[in-house]
Amino acid sequence: MPRLTYKPPHDCLLIGIRTKQLANRMSLTAKDKDTVKAFWGKVSAKAEDIGQDALSRMLVVYPQTKTYFAHWQDLSPGSAPVKKHGATIMAGVGDAVSKIDDLTAGLLNLSELHAFTLRVDPANFKILAHNILVVLAIRLPSDFTPEVHVAIDKFLAAVARALSEKYR
Amino acid sequence: MVEWTEQERTIITTIFSNLDYEDVGPKALARCLIVYPWTQRYFASFGNLYNAEAIKTNPNIAAHGTKVLHGLDRAVKNLDNIKATYAELSVLHSEKLHVDPDNFKLLADCLTIVIAAKLGSAFTPETQAAFQKFLAVVVSALGRQYH
Repeated sequence: MPRLTYKPPHDCLLIGIRTKQLANRMSLTAKDKDTVKAFWGKVSAKAEDIGQDALSRMLVVYPQTKTYFAHWQDLSPGSAPVKKHGATIMAGVGDAVSKIDDLTAGLLNLSELHAFTLRVDPANFKILAHNILVVLAIRLPSDFTPEVHVAIDKFLAAVARALSEKYR
Repeated sequence: MVEWTEQERTIITTIFSNLDYEDVGPKALARCLIVYPWTQRYFASFGNLYNAEAIKTNPNIAAHGTKVLHGLDRAVKNLDNIKATYAELSVLHSEKLHVDPDNFKLLADCLTIVIAAKLGSAFTPETQAAFQKFLAVVVSALGRQYH
């Protein structure tokens, strides 16, 4: 059962401020950025394949995500629309790597797309990120060390934050 | 009551019967402490956790990782009754260890990543789904007795 502790209004305000502070402090360090860029160099050639695999897994392991793709004929792993869309997503991630120094500005258009047109619940960014990490672990087991894992996880979380900017 | 298909049962029992506990356990726990550093709060007495290298080579962490992984054995053997099987462990984690139950999911995610790296392409989407379902049930059972 979740712990039921009442939080009075002034605590809520403090929590909001603290969360924002943490978000700013939890941003990418120079080392994180270098790690991400170096690792991306190793995966960019397989990006489409990784995207397709991650998306396939997401649709199988988290079936609720299929609700965003009701307009596709075939949602099975490796199908044509999944392949195409996996590639689109990873192209976006690759773009984010190149704009890693200012994700908010760099991903502005994508944020507007996700906020106003696609209206993907931001909780799903985390789900997709997890599946990308699983695929990276499968494809590059010796390169995807814990140190690389934390940098990539932070990066994908930062991308998700940038994509959520325009939501409200 | 959790419903398991025959395929899910096979997937889960197969993963655990082929598991190298002394390798996967330490790797999963170390990864958790590195990727989610706040989880180190529960291991203050374990010695040097100052950086990733220290965590990866810390023998106390390695031993504990193995122990935690073996803790999953009981769930594998009692798939139809995980909630009751873990009632005592849940009380332990709540009353004695004071572990925030949100952390269970973090360790579960790291374990998934380590298993994925081990099994490679054999860790198919269906395998991942069954394994994550199993871990989700375990995580839920461990959090059940908190109040």
